[in-house]
This record gives sequence, structure tokens and C-alpha cells, in this order.
Amino acid sequence: MTDFLLRIANLCRKELLAILKDPASRVILFVPAIMQSLIFGYGATYDLSNVPYALLDQSRTGASTELIAHLDSTGVFHRVATLRTQADIREVIDTEKALMVIQIAPNFEQLLSAGQPAAIQLILDARNSNTAGSAAGYVGSVVERYNAELRTRAGAPMAPLTIESRAWFNPNLETRWNLLPGLIAALSMLQTLLLTALSVAREREQGTFDQLLVTPMSPLEIMIGKALPPVLVGLAQSTLILLVALLWFGIPMAGSLATLYTGLVFFTVASVGIGLSISAVSANMQQAMLYTFVLLMPMMLLSGLTTPVRNMPHVLQVITMANPLRFAIDLVQRVYLEGVGLATVWHNLIPLSVIALVTLPLAAWLFRHRLT
Amino acid sequence: MSGFWTRLISLTRKEFRQLLRDRSNLAIGILLPMVLILIFGYGMSLDVKNAPVGVVLEDSSPTAHEAIAGLQLSPTIAPVLLGSMHDAEALMRERKIDGIVRVPADFSRSLAAGNARVQLIVHGADAGRATIILAYVSGALAQTAVRQADRGGRTTGADAPVIGRVTVEQRMWFNTANTSTWYLVPGLIVLIMTLVGAFLTALVMAREWERGTLEALFVTPVRPVEILLAKIIPYFAVGMLGLALCLLAARFLFAVPMVGSPFAVVLSSMLYLIVAVSLGLVISSVTRNQFLASQVALIATFMPSMMLSGFLFDLRNVPAVVRAIGHVLPATYFMDLIKTLFLAGDVWPLILRNCAILAAYAVGLLLLARAVTRKSLD
Repeated sequence: MTDFLLRIANLCRKELLAILKDPASRVILFVPAIMQSLIFGYGATYDLSNVPYALLDQSRTGASTELIAHLDSTGVFHRVATLRTQADIREVIDTEKALMVIQIAPNFEQLLSAGQPAAIQLILDARNSNTAGSAAGYVGSVVERYNAELRTRAGAPMAPLTIESRAWFNPNLETRWNLLPGLIAALSMLQTLLLTALSVAREREQGTFDQLLVTPMSPLEIMIGKALPPVLVGLAQSTLILLVALLWFGIPMAGSLATLYTGLVFFTVASVGIGLSISAVSANMQQAMLYTFVLLMPMMLLSGLTTPVRNMPHVLQVITMANPLRFAIDLVQRVYLEGVGLATVWHNLIPLSVIALVTLPLAAWLFRHRLT
Repeated sequence: MSGFWTRLISLTRKEFRQLLRDRSNLAIGILLPMVLILIFGYGMSLDVKNAPVGVVLEDSSPTAHEAIAGLQLSPTIAPVLLGSMHDAEALMRERKIDGIVRVPADFSRSLAAGNARVQLIVHGADAGRATIILAYVSGALAQTAVRQADRGGRTTGADAPVIGRVTVEQRMWFNTANTSTWYLVPGLIVLIMTLVGAFLTALVMAREWERGTLEALFVTPVRPVEILLAKIIPYFAVGMLGLALCLLAARFLFAVPMVGSPFAVVLSSMLYLIVAVSLGLVISSVTRNQFLASQVALIATFMPSMMLSGFLFDLRNVPAVVRAIGHVLPATYFMDLIKTLFLAGDVWPLILRNCAILAAYAVGLLLLARAVTRKSLD
């Protein structure tokens, strides 16, 4: 037993040295994880903060000026152009000078003072339909506030209803709060998968794998020795991103570290299993990298990191069952934001274990099978 | 000069053969684009449709029913009537519902008194989705409230005050269907060009450095420019194949309109492909090692072109530093270009500006690649 552990420890040490002895590798494994979590933490936002708009005010009255003042006072809308004719609209939208054009018809104030609905036209650049939708929604809420003010001024009863709204788990509804916990799993998977896929492929390309097989180590020991170092590197990367989320962005963690790391260990072992299987079917490093990539892209996109899994058609939702990242993101987000314990997220551990239990023996079998 | 051509042609032929011999190259050149096309077209959607929202009516009066009637008609949310707040909270914790609307027991009484409250809770784990649901439900409830105020108050009789109301008529240009597929699919072209161009080239060139075969090539009469060109041509061809697949899928599978001229689409994609391939060459020549080259290519191309190019997140809303980083990436300019060409049409000032920037990147990166691929053994 002690021999078994000693041999594994030695192989682990050698593997870790191979990964970390080169200063460039050390940098590439840890610095980008921190940089990316910082940049994406700031960059990933669906919130509107700057909407350049152009105004075509054909009414030029007190009412239209007042309405526009309401819009400008939000600090989100910035007027970049004042148009004179309808023909000018196309140019500002086409060239992306303005995200939207507000057009106010000449009879705007007459209609309002006659007690009729007065429409303003909103023309939006929907090349990014998401931003356009949010901007329209925001204008709508500003207009509603203006309407409420008109009612008060006219002495009409205020709406008798107040809506008390609250957001659970993310009180200010910041995109960053759900993205960063997701990155704890996603960013580390990118690199651990590649690292693992390369570990055997490189030895095979350089001919050192055969040497490893003639040592007194059993295939099982070689497997464990090959799998452990990337698991450690992956967990270290996750920890760095976790620290960025906690310390730099100050996103409070509701759940326990123990639950989080239990989930991360299962996830990293499953990823390493996939990496080793890729390694086993690849003849050289180049193949290992390309196959990793062919798997990695769909796994990232079908993980729920950027678009929700529930929006996917049923067939694809079934396919995501083979994607460890999908379960890891669900687990990490829920433990981090919602503070749930293992009792709630244990179901995520089952598919992760299944993936590990299939891929690791498969890799071991493939190693031997390929050599004979 | 004729020596140049014969050398280039035979080198290119060798590269093509090498490319075709390894199935993994074709996997990334053909299989990956096809899988991504299907995922982007069918699998990814940012649209909120039929989001389940639990409605807890603690007041069963007709007034309360009427208050929430406005929620029923929308395509955005799908209200589910629930028995108690306890049930609703349990469902919310399981993420079976995205939000809860609670109409308290004293609703009709307080409505008559003019101070009714409705509670609205959303699940914040997906902030973007929650914001849309929040805006939608509160808008619908507020409209009902105004109608009820008008009926209850003195706004209909002869002595009613005159109250005008501003309404908003919105028109979504360039994406009349207002579906995210229309901007995801053009974005996919950027992703595939980046991947195939930069990743594949970085890797293959690094392998030659690592194995020393590049140095072997240097002792032959070929010049570095010829080696670089011979490397670019096959991967450029693979990238164009990916482009063709994307364009066909956009047109026939997803019916994404292509308003701009196809000629401009193909030409600007070729320009960007040169940028991507040159970036791959630079990465491989600097790292000279397959592991590092693939890591750098992964970090420098895939995540940034997805997260920072304005593809998913609008660059207008991000902090200045991140925006600046986004504007260093060539992918950002191509993203703008391809989205405009697909959805808005031939907006020449924009096309020419972005093409000029991409051309500058292409020339700059090619010169850099030439500089770092010196015929030396240092």
C-alpha cells in the first residue's frame, strides 16, 4: 500500500514539475485566469448605461421638451444629434451614431392637452436585439413616470397600486453576479482539459510513454498519477477566480466552501477524465488539441453560462446531460448565490460521477489497447 | 521570380497534403463549424418567452382577478396560479418558476382606499432574464392600476379633468422579428473565422518549430515569405469552407436575411480571415511550442471574441477600459461589419472604415509574422 502511494506521489511530482517547470507555462496557467475573470467581470453586462440617441422633435413645445428632459435626467440617454427631417434618421442609425431615434410629431402637445393619447415614435437599431429591447423598455418606464406626473398635475387620482419588487439572490440584478460564479467552473475547465489531453499525447509523441510503461507502475497507478496534477491545477485556477469574485468584485458567497469544493472536485475529475480519453485516442499533440477544441466549444456554449439551458430545444437539453460544465455551473451558481447545501445540489454530482466513471476507465483501457 | 512561384506552389502542395492527411484538421475545419451552426441557430437564445411566473392570489375577489388579468396575454411570461406563498417559494428555490406575484388578502379593500400593494419577487440568478420579467410584470400591473383609477375616480364624468397620455410606438429596425438568432448567426461567422484561422495556424506552425522541421526548411533555398504564404493558403481555404457553410446555413436553415451585398460579405470575411491566420502565425512564431501556442490562441481568440467583441454584450455599456480592450481586438471590427452587412445593408462609411482597420491589422500582423520568423537558429 505504501509502495502504491509512493509511486503515485512520485509520478505526480514528476508531472507537476513537467507542467510548472517552464516559467511561461506557469504564467499561462494562472495569470490569464485572473485577467479574464477581471475583464469579463467588468465587460459582461446586459445593463444599459450609455444609450446614444438622436432627437427629431417636430413639435418643439413645452411638453416635448419636458419629456426629453425626463429622459436626459436618467443619465443613461445621451443626445448625440438633433435631426431636422425624417430623412436624417436613416443616416444616424445606419452608421451607429445613435442606438435610437425619438421622433415627436408636430401635433404632440395639442393631443396631450386635448386629453388624447399622444404617441412618440421610437426607432431602434436592433442589430443587437438585446440592447434594443432593453432601451425600449427603459424609455417605456420613463414615459410611464411622465404620465404619472401629468395625472398628478391634472388632479386625477394616482394609480391606487404600488408594486413592491424584490430580486432574490441578486438584489441589484447585476449580470456579473451570475457570470463570475459560472466562470469559476468554465475558465478552469478550458485549461485543465487541454492540459490533460496533452499530457499523454505529448509523451507518446516524444516516445517517453513507452518508457513509463516499462517502469514497475501499474496502469492504474499511471492513470492516477496522470490525473491528479491537472485536478490540482484546475482547483487552483478555480480558487483564483473565486478570490477575484469574493475580494475584487465583493460578490458575497451565500453557501459553504465545503459544498462548493465538493462540487468542484467532482467536476474537475470528470473534466480530467474527458481530457485523458481525448489523450488516449489522439496519435499526437496536435490531434489532442484539436479534438479538445471540437469538444470544448459546444460544451461552453451548451453550459448555460451565456444563454440559459431552459431556452434550448429539448433535444439539445438532452445532449447537455453529457456536459460536465452544465452541472458544474448549476451547482456553483446555486451554492454561491443561493447558499444551498449538498442536500439540494447533490443531483448534479451524479452525472459528474457517471462521466468520471465512464471516461477514466475508458482512457485506461484505450492506453493499453492502443499499445498492443 | 519563377523560382518564387515554383517554390511556393510545391510548398503549398505539401501543406495541403499535410492538412488533408490528418483527420483532426478536418474535424475542426468542417465538423466544428457544422456543430456550432446548429447550436447557435437552434440552441442559443436570449429571448425570454413563456417564463413561468407563480401568481399567489390571497384575495379571491373579482377585483384581484382583474388586477392580474393583464398578465395572461403576454408571450413573455406564462402565469401559473399557485395555492400559497409557501408553495411559490418552494418552486422558486427549485427554479421551477422565475418569479412570484403576490396579491395580498386585503387587496380589494386597500385598492378602494387607494393604497393597495402587490408584491413581485424575481429569481436573480439570471440577472438579464430577471430584469426583463420584472419590467414586463410591473408594466402590465401598472396599466391595470391606471385603468382602475380612472374608473374609480372622477375621470369619466363631465367634470373630469383632461389628462393626456404619452404612448410609445416602437419600431425595431434591422431585426423586425426581434429574435436573437438573427444576431447570433452573423456572430458565429466571426467566431468560426477566428477559430479556424488563428487556432489551426498557431498550432501547425508551432509544431514545426517544436520538431525542428522549420529549421530544416531554412537550409533549403526557400525564403521565410514563401514558407509563411504556403502556411497561410491551406488554412485560408479551410476558413473559406467554414464561411461557405455558415452562409448557406444562415440563408437556408435559419432564414437570416442578408441585406447587404454578398460580395461585401465574402470580401470582408476574406480580409478578416487573413487577419486571423496572421495572428496564428505570430502566436506560433513567438511561442515556438505547441502547448503554449494552443493556450495563447485559446486565451487570445476564443473567449475574447465571444465576450468582448460586442457579440453578446454591447460594448457601449461596458466600462471604458474593457471597451478599449474590445477595440484592440480585430474581431470587434469584423463583428460590427458582418452584423451591419447582414442586418442593415451596405452602409458604406461603416464598411469602408472597418475594412480599412482590418486591412491595417492584416498588414501589421503579416509584417510582424515575417519579422519573428527570421531565418536564424538563435
